[in-house]
Amino acid sequence: MPAAQAPARQAQPFKPQPWRDRRIEVILGNLLRTGVLVSAAVVLAGACIYLYRHAHDPADYRVFRGEPSEYRTISGVIQSVISGRGQGIIQLGLLLLIATPIARVAFSVVGFAIERDRLYVAFTLLVLAILLYSFLGSGIGV
Amino acid sequence: MTILEFTVVVAIVSFVAGLLGSLTGLGGGVVLVPLLTIFFHVDIRYAIGASLVSVIATSSGAAAAYVKEGFSNIRIGMFLEIATTFGALLGAFLATRIPTSALAIIFGAVLLYSAYVSRKARTQAERSLPPDPLATRLRLNGSFPDLEGQRTYNVQRVPTGFSLMFGAGALSGLLGIGSGAVKVLAMDQAMRIPFKVSTTTSNFMIGVTAAASAGVYLSRGYVDPGLSMPVMLGVLAGSLLGSRILVKAETKSLRLVFSVVILVLGLQMLYNGFWGKI
Repeated sequence: MPAAQAPARQAQPFKPQPWRDRRIEVILGNLLRTGVLVSAAVVLAGACIYLYRHAHDPADYRVFRGEPSEYRTISGVIQSVISGRGQGIIQLGLLLLIATPIARVAFSVVGFAIERDRLYVAFTLLVLAILLYSFLGSGIGV
Repeated sequence: MTILEFTVVVAIVSFVAGLLGSLTGLGGGVVLVPLLTIFFHVDIRYAIGASLVSVIATSSGAAAAYVKEGFSNIRIGMFLEIATTFGALLGAFLATRIPTSALAIIFGAVLLYSAYVSRKARTQAERSLPPDPLATRLRLNGSFPDLEGQRTYNVQRVPTGFSLMFGAGALSGLLGIGSGAVKVLAMDQAMRIPFKVSTTTSNFMIGVTAAASAGVYLSRGYVDPGLSMPVMLGVLAGSLLGSRILVKAETKSLRLVFSVVILVLGLQMLYNGFWGKI
């Protein structure tokens, strides 16, 4: 399919094709899928331990208590993974999941830099800054 | 209910929501929060945290397939992500400050609007619109493979689209959804982007937008591992299956059924919100 499309694209003389190098985009797409599959696998592994230990406890989410700090911060999550807690491993998978689109944006900076598109390098860095501020600035990194 | 029963039932419901959301193109996240709060009596804050996580999973999981088709426009996506991520941060901070009954009412209104949008035929962008100076300067115009080869398009009304995307991001951060309905409004109606391009580009933006608010939710203790696990795995599996059978399935009647479900859930959320049941 891409081979059939290639001549048509070259026949377009005037517009810069978004991501002239489509390979970068394909690599980024695969990065996302890999990130999602890895995090799903980690969540699933955590789920097995969690269910094995807590299957018969009552489930109750009616009242909002907020998670304890071991599931709210990166260091807390790592601590609970080390002590082999299922919920900690699930939470690690969710952290990896959140990090996946952030990694994609970070790699996009490189992609635009290769294309020498300074405007979009700046835009992408701005998006990355917002994401990192949210991810690290909200107290998660404590 | 024991944790095992709860996990299995929530995983099945999430799987069906992901499957229907993917088959109809309406997204599964929008029905998850009402289902969890109304039928499983989950506090809306936990439900929003779990839904947000599943939104990242489906968006990122589908991205690889979309990229290969060559419809998505990465410059439009990245430019509008400035608006959606700022909006998402604002939404996430608001979510921790406003009462849950207000969240339910806003959620209900968004569901009713989504049901309305899903019944309306999407207006296909006219061909050969004149290039807009701002869009040209931002290099947003592009082309995509069509039956007759490459079709070019010129993006219109950039400031309107950008502002609407800020609103879409804020709703996403506030309610833990992908806010596809508002994105359609911004990209199809205001910016006149052909919908093959807008659908795929918006899908790839959803994950980044959700990631901007997910950090805030996690650090506030809204993301519960026991609840998020079956929701995320169920929705992901459902939407991956949905994207595989999409080509063969008859989606018209399915879309009707799903939009009725969205409508009913929206009314229920409004009712619960106004009568303080959430």
